[in-house]
Amino acid sequence: MESAKENRHLLAGREYVGVDRIDGPLIFVKNTHPVGYRELIECVDKDGQMRLGIVLESSTDAVVVQVFEGTAGLTLPDTRMRFCGEPLNLPVSKEMLGRVFNGLGQPIDGGPPQRGDLALDINGMAINPIARQYPRDFIQTGISVIDGMNTLIRGQKLPIFSGNGLPHNELAAQIARQAKIRGTQTEFAVVFAAMGVKHDVARFFIRSFEESGVLDNVALFLSLADDPSIERLITPRTALTLAEHLAFNEDMHVLVVMTDMTNYCESLREISTIRGEIPSRKGYPGYLYSDLAELYERSGMIKGKAGSITSLPILTMPNDDISHPIPDLSGYITEGQIVFEREMDGRGIYPPVAGLPSLSRLMKDGIGEGMTREDHPHLASQLFAAYSYVKDVRNLASVIGEEELTPLDHDYLEFGKHFEQKFVSQRQDEERSIEETLDIGWDVLRSLPVEELHRITEEEIEKYYGG
Amino acid sequence: MSSAISNLDMVMNERIIGKVKRVNGPVIEVMGITDAEMFELVRVGRQNLIGELIKLEADSAVVQVYEDTTGIAPHDPVFGAGMQLSAELGPGMIGTIYDGIQRPLEAIYEKTGIFITRGVTVPSLDREKQWHFVPCVEPGAHVAAGSVIGTVQETENLEHKILAPPTVSGVLQSVAPEGEYTVTETVATIERDCGGMQDLSMMQRWPIRIQRPTKERLPLDIPLITGQRVIDALFPVAKGGTVAIPGGFGTGKTMTQQAVAKWCDADLIVYIGCGERGNEITDVLTEFPELIDPRTGRSLMERTILIANTSNMPVSAREASIYTGITMAEYFRDQGKHVAILADSTSRWAEALRELSGRMEEMPAEEGFPAYLPTKIAEFYERAGRMETLSGDQGSVTIIGAVSPPGGDFSEPVTQHTKRFIRCFWALDRNLANARHYPAISWLESYSEYMQDMAPWFEQEVNPEWFEDRTEIMELLHKEVRLQQVVKLVGPDALPDTQRFILEVCTLFKNAFLQQNAYDKIDMFSTMQKQARMMHIIVTYWKRGQEAIKNGATLVKMRKLRAYQDIIKMKFTVPNEDLSGLDKIEARLERSMDQMEALHS
Repeated sequence: MESAKENRHLLAGREYVGVDRIDGPLIFVKNTHPVGYRELIECVDKDGQMRLGIVLESSTDAVVVQVFEGTAGLTLPDTRMRFCGEPLNLPVSKEMLGRVFNGLGQPIDGGPPQRGDLALDINGMAINPIARQYPRDFIQTGISVIDGMNTLIRGQKLPIFSGNGLPHNELAAQIARQAKIRGTQTEFAVVFAAMGVKHDVARFFIRSFEESGVLDNVALFLSLADDPSIERLITPRTALTLAEHLAFNEDMHVLVVMTDMTNYCESLREISTIRGEIPSRKGYPGYLYSDLAELYERSGMIKGKAGSITSLPILTMPNDDISHPIPDLSGYITEGQIVFEREMDGRGIYPPVAGLPSLSRLMKDGIGEGMTREDHPHLASQLFAAYSYVKDVRNLASVIGEEELTPLDHDYLEFGKHFEQKFVSQRQDEERSIEETLDIGWDVLRSLPVEELHRITEEEIEKYYGG
Repeated sequence: MSSAISNLDMVMNERIIGKVKRVNGPVIEVMGITDAEMFELVRVGRQNLIGELIKLEADSAVVQVYEDTTGIAPHDPVFGAGMQLSAELGPGMIGTIYDGIQRPLEAIYEKTGIFITRGVTVPSLDREKQWHFVPCVEPGAHVAAGSVIGTVQETENLEHKILAPPTVSGVLQSVAPEGEYTVTETVATIERDCGGMQDLSMMQRWPIRIQRPTKERLPLDIPLITGQRVIDALFPVAKGGTVAIPGGFGTGKTMTQQAVAKWCDADLIVYIGCGERGNEITDVLTEFPELIDPRTGRSLMERTILIANTSNMPVSAREASIYTGITMAEYFRDQGKHVAILADSTSRWAEALRELSGRMEEMPAEEGFPAYLPTKIAEFYERAGRMETLSGDQGSVTIIGAVSPPGGDFSEPVTQHTKRFIRCFWALDRNLANARHYPAISWLESYSEYMQDMAPWFEQEVNPEWFEDRTEIMELLHKEVRLQQVVKLVGPDALPDTQRFILEVCTLFKNAFLQQNAYDKIDMFSTMQKQARMMHIIVTYWKRGQEAIKNGATLVKMRKLRAYQDIIKMKFTVPNEDLSGLDKIEARLERSMDQMEALHS
């Protein structure tokens, strides 16, 4: 028993020539020494080109290996495989900021290979819930609909549920540019993971970081649309591994932008199908939830550590359907969601954030007196309630006509218009302080008679509504 | 059952039972099996990963591993522990936070830091800590299985009864005098009826997949008061009952579960965070110790056991977490306590089953779930109940399980199968949640089958008019739906005042009664008395107002009544301890109605 184990380490460097089967990105090798689950492999093709992969399944009969760079050009007899005896590790260091990597964490900016302070397993480990610090610090993004209604908290995971053609990249870039904790000057970094997005999208982000002069604090991991789809499965893991290092070893506040999670899930489905696994909903593997959780749950704050990871995953909802498995399972893991609405975008409202389905779960503990302003919780609640009624009135108006509405309902329609045009809508370079945001909120509430404000205390009405 | 019990008495003897043949995520095939047994606890490889044997076939077996299997290779050894996966039961569980296989996370944190590393072994109960044991039996007495041999005051308000294991009975040879003991020290020695001597300590083990025995099931006719008005007044659950809370993401499942965990009148809460967010557990951990239990005046953490197997922790331990939780609950039930289990969420547990089943290449049924899903769900919910315990006490286990239907669609398999085995259904409604109406429990889709059984209790303990008031309100709420459909077509103006008044009253009831603010100091919890009074006031407003309108009063006038404003605010203004405020509101309401009547008659 012991000898098998010992041998494994000695045999780690051994090279196997020839493989038994190649199917999509998967390679099957028989008659190997005992190979560990998730072990890293190096695969060399007949031209001497090296590709990396990991072991997906190991048994006495055969080893199943997934090759990140794809299997194009590999042949059965000439492919050489070397098992490294350990999982895929990423060398990490603070010097990685300001550089561009591929999905596997190899530099592609023409600079020297990175020298890591230490090498970390990209799969990470689960944070002990005991060690977590409950996030409470308000991040001011300068965007009213987020700060006022769906507040972002440091250490939160708040995805953007968008659709094709909607301005999610613009909003993410704006948040990355403007996000700040008020009254503090802390070291921050942005880790950007691109999965299957187009070159021009990546360029848009790079340019946006460049223009705001933060590029030196950004590490980019790019696995673009024309890169092998399988690399996308590794990209968020390498990016988050660096983020964890920066946050928990280097005490930095890290914002992780991951786009597009939909492409990531598609790759996962692709691999699952090739492996012949039993599909659950819409052909996605049954473990999609656990897999996504492994990514999303890596953000947060930790007791006794100064740094934090706030993540902003972006996903495009296939066919704008929020009940599609990808947004659905994400919503069950993340702490809220910013949902885009195509109809608002069509009316020229930026950011087109749908008022009602959007939600920030950590908002309740990060706003109010001493954090934002004492009127914030009730004001937000009132805006939600009133806007929800606006939707009903609009539905009613579309059936019976606006003329038939009661005067009160007319007030609500007016409120809805102001809310969308003054409160939600803002320019892409416009940065509003939380006070400005709240004042605009009160301003639009004045379209409603005071009796309608059930969720606001009398003192607040006196102080803010009347004035 | 019998094999499980014989195992309990065995000491842990680890031996090699086979070698790894194939690794596929958390599922490992083992070859060369010698003497392994079903559901045996095993350790895999040199990393010592904890697992459980779940299938035996000739000389091979399947093991599900509760930790990440990275690095496990064929030919790695597999060790058997000679016993089933069991929970350690005894003093020291209260206020502790465990993972899915009952490892205390605090101890793991001390051992391995912020991340949970693999292969950590820590005992579930602190072996060093001493407890003050008070015996209550004399040598020479006959000790029946499951009877009380002593007590430990575990927290200020919780007396932990030390029980003889449910499988052990006999004549007491000796018992330790009152004093300080650790959980493994012998406190009693019994000459068993079946022969042989046995030492008993304060700790016992019980296999988590097997229900602990009781004497008999009792009828479910006493409610579990949760302090949440929409639940207690409209859809109450019995002590020992079963509830499902289904709802899409963002509809407030966790909020509702936490509110019940905080305020329900159980003696003990077992909160299972099964495949959910890490920060939610942190939230409970930071909030509960600061909250005061209104019934005991002590911190809520002193009656809570937490099981945290967050979504990023290994999926197979998620499958086990539900059983770990219910075993602990049953143990306290056997001491005559009322325990409520909050499982958030059972869908994640079902998904764990699906994932493991898929990895074992079993034939899937609906949506990839294994065909035995309904059986597993039924087994779990049947462990709830109000029981007469082996020691003659009465205790209960109430299960409140959250369900997370994909896309918020209740027709999916987990919700549907769960509905077959529960008797109380609190459906969360997306539209209510969007309007920030919390708790977003739909009054149209929810139901409670315990209602009739418990009506006598309510009438006797709360208010004789309670049942009548409730029926009146439910009727109005159902009428409102039909009226709203008309309003959607033609606008509210088309309705006569009498019908518009129904809409008015329903809106009032929703705002003043059903909505409850979990963060308001007064409103976060309502006693049954306050709830019944509040409901009665609203019903009075409806009955008298309806008369007034028939006699010619206008809607505007009804709304302008000062009592109307009082009613809207009464949930915030009248504290639970002093309901005299409600007397005033009621008196004022009656007076205004009298005046109105005088005006129009």
